[in-house]
Amino acid sequence: MNKNKEQLLNKRYKAEKRFRLYGQSAIFMALLFLTVFIFKIFSTGYSAFQKTWLIVPVTFDAELMMLEQNPSKEDIQDADYYDIALKSMADLDPNANEDQENELKRMVSYFFEKEIKNELLNDPSLIGKTKEVYLTASDDLDQVFKGNYPRDLPEDQRRVSDYQLKIFDQLVANGKVESKFNISFFTNADSREAELAGIASSFMGSIFSILVCLMIAFPVAVLAAIYLEEFAPKNRFTDFIEVNINNLAAVPSIVFGLLGLGVLLAIFQLPRSTPLVGGITLSLMTLPTIIIAARASLKAVPPSIREAALAMGASRMQTTMHHTVPLSMPGTLSGTIIGLAQALGETAPLILIGMVAFVNTIPGSPMDPAASLPVQIYIWAESAERGFVEKVSACIMVLLGFLITMNLFAQIIRHKFEKKWS
Amino acid sequence: MNLILFTFIVLLGFTSYYFGRKKAYSIQSTKKRLTALPQFYGYYLAIWCAIPAFIIFSLWAIFEPTIVKLLILSDYSNQGYLDDELNLIYEKTKALSRGQFTGEITPFIKASAEKYLSLRSIAQSSKAVIVLSIIIASVAYAYKRISSNSRTREPVEKFLNAVLFTASLAAILTTVGIVFSLIFQTIDFFKVIPLFDFVFGTHWYPAKAFVRDSSEALDPTMYSDTFGAVPIFAGTFFIAFIAMCVAIPIGLMSGIYLAEYASYKVRQYAKPLIEILAGIPTVVYGFFAALTVGPFLKELGTSMGLEVSAESALAAGGVMGIMIIPFISSLSDDVITSVPQSLRDGSYAMGATKSETIKRVIFPAALPGIVGSILLGVSRAIGETMIVVMASGLAANLTLNPLESTSTITAQIVVILIGDQAFGDPKTQAAFALGMSLFLVTLCLNIVALRVVKKYREKYE
Repeated sequence: MNKNKEQLLNKRYKAEKRFRLYGQSAIFMALLFLTVFIFKIFSTGYSAFQKTWLIVPVTFDAELMMLEQNPSKEDIQDADYYDIALKSMADLDPNANEDQENELKRMVSYFFEKEIKNELLNDPSLIGKTKEVYLTASDDLDQVFKGNYPRDLPEDQRRVSDYQLKIFDQLVANGKVESKFNISFFTNADSREAELAGIASSFMGSIFSILVCLMIAFPVAVLAAIYLEEFAPKNRFTDFIEVNINNLAAVPSIVFGLLGLGVLLAIFQLPRSTPLVGGITLSLMTLPTIIIAARASLKAVPPSIREAALAMGASRMQTTMHHTVPLSMPGTLSGTIIGLAQALGETAPLILIGMVAFVNTIPGSPMDPAASLPVQIYIWAESAERGFVEKVSACIMVLLGFLITMNLFAQIIRHKFEKKWS
Repeated sequence: MNLILFTFIVLLGFTSYYFGRKKAYSIQSTKKRLTALPQFYGYYLAIWCAIPAFIIFSLWAIFEPTIVKLLILSDYSNQGYLDDELNLIYEKTKALSRGQFTGEITPFIKASAEKYLSLRSIAQSSKAVIVLSIIIASVAYAYKRISSNSRTREPVEKFLNAVLFTASLAAILTTVGIVFSLIFQTIDFFKVIPLFDFVFGTHWYPAKAFVRDSSEALDPTMYSDTFGAVPIFAGTFFIAFIAMCVAIPIGLMSGIYLAEYASYKVRQYAKPLIEILAGIPTVVYGFFAALTVGPFLKELGTSMGLEVSAESALAAGGVMGIMIIPFISSLSDDVITSVPQSLRDGSYAMGATKSETIKRVIFPAALPGIVGSILLGVSRAIGETMIVVMASGLAANLTLNPLESTSTITAQIVVILIGDQAFGDPKTQAAFALGMSLFLVTLCLNIVALRVVKKYREKYE
């Protein structure tokens, strides 16, 4: 009898331990996912912040550039750089035949002509002289140099030929290959060539969309929250508004994309692919988030504040505008920032309103076509070239950096400025 | 022009505020008692100055193009043109008047363009005149009211109240906008494709509808077997099911652990860390699923002798599950913490262990709230787009094998609508019909879930 009891008790204790273990492993699993995730993104992405340059001697031969004696600035601007660019690449291997010369040319980005031109524009005295110029390596060689490219594949399965690898290895041995911080990743617009593609256009697109979203969603949401919390009579209609807000907060984002497409583009004829339309669509999405946050922080202002103001003879509008709303601002603002962070990471609705178009210019206003950071991630992730994988990860790092900063900012506002009522 | 007028109205509004306030001070200096604080006099005058002007201004901006178009096209009304041709004529006229027209210029179009330009200039100047006279009239009226020291606070506050009320309608307007944008395309779609074929058809090849030219578009028999949504609905629920298989055990157990077992310190760090998972953009999850999880599963499957597609439902569903973990864990954590302590104390007093208390007492008490949180998670899984677009296939296979690729409602909407769309094409309309079904399904889930959670909260408050 006693033994049975002890067995039963042991069994129950074991079950207790097991249950506890399940809980711990669930937490462990969730945190493991997070770690693997962050590790994977950083380990593939950090190399995109470096860019590989080939150092190639270029002879600025006035004859090949079709330049007269003592050329003016405009002449240099209009000169022909293709021949000297081609020649300097071909000179890397004096014994190269025509095919090999072509391969040599493809070791650098198609931008190489312009890089040589800029060199001369900076220093016109170079004419007739030879100088070592930094040229952007092609994305495949960039990946080879970073060790991301499988060199042991059979030649016909790689985009880099044995010959190119041979020359490249010679350059590396001579110290003519250098890796430097990749500024162009932040200053260039999107490009079909991985080595030239940058996030500037999508970054500006994101900023413009978020600004439009903020300018629409914040005032409307705050005013709506004030009405619902402070003035609205309790009746069926306001209940209906409440149900609507709660529902909208849970409607899938792609439905807002359909709204943008069907109403903003089709009926109001707003320009496609622009941050303006993107921002309006996102603002409709963030509206419920901000309303809910603003209402919660209005609710947190104690009634004694309102009673005191009313007792001093303020009207209800004055009480609200002069006392309740200012006191609720920290909570409202941090809710707004969190809502904007959500909007910043949104992709699907922006795809539907055409913000996936290939844009190789940097937008100057919300009316210019643009992509946004998450859409850029999608565009690059869909392209097959190996060079884009690290770009995607780097773009994700930039985006995550933004989201983390915004959330930290929201936390700081909340903790620093929010009054604790007790 | 519009911008100048706009800034002008704003500036006049500001000036009338100061003007009104000054008037109030001068009334005060005659030892008369004011009926409100001086700034209300200012607000009163400013509102009267700017608001009627703005209303006229925006009405004008909305109706001017239509009226001008009508006037231009009235010249062509009796010549038997079709609507499309008339539109073309109008576009040509506008292009010519801007100097951007490159085609052949007929005398008709040239005359229209001249008429267009003169109409536009008449419209611009008359708009300015009307707006200004409206401002003068309304400011004069308001100024008279101020001078006779009649009430200003009440009208101003009434106006503010109306503004607040209008803002609160934004949520309703958004819902109306969603329904409005979906319903017309959906109705048009079901005019061509019978509802029965859509709901019960088992073949979904919207690409087939694309190659047909517009003259054939009205023949409904062409589209039989093209827009059968069963594979898509099945794929949607299948992927959501896989996601919930990952999210429910992990989310629920971590919610329980955080609420009942974890020390203050563990809770303080683990909870925000898990919630980071909810803040990561979905496109990032999609990239992770496509780049890491998909190939990993494929390799794993090959080593076990299974054939796994690189874009499998398992990869998409699994990663989606990870995304949903924090929703379920933090909601169920909240729900469990709000179960009254007395229930726990009663159970411990009867000699139950902690896990027995959780399983037999707390869990049943918290069940409605937990079900609500799971339903919200399901609604999120169904509406999730980017993970599926990037990690699962785009072809709609009717399969229950998690190792093959399937497609979902959201992914199909993206596939159809990416790039240029022609409205009126059944393929585009199909995307809106899918959007409508998605909206309805998630709406039902949300309403039920929110109601359950609310009921539960009321029970213990």
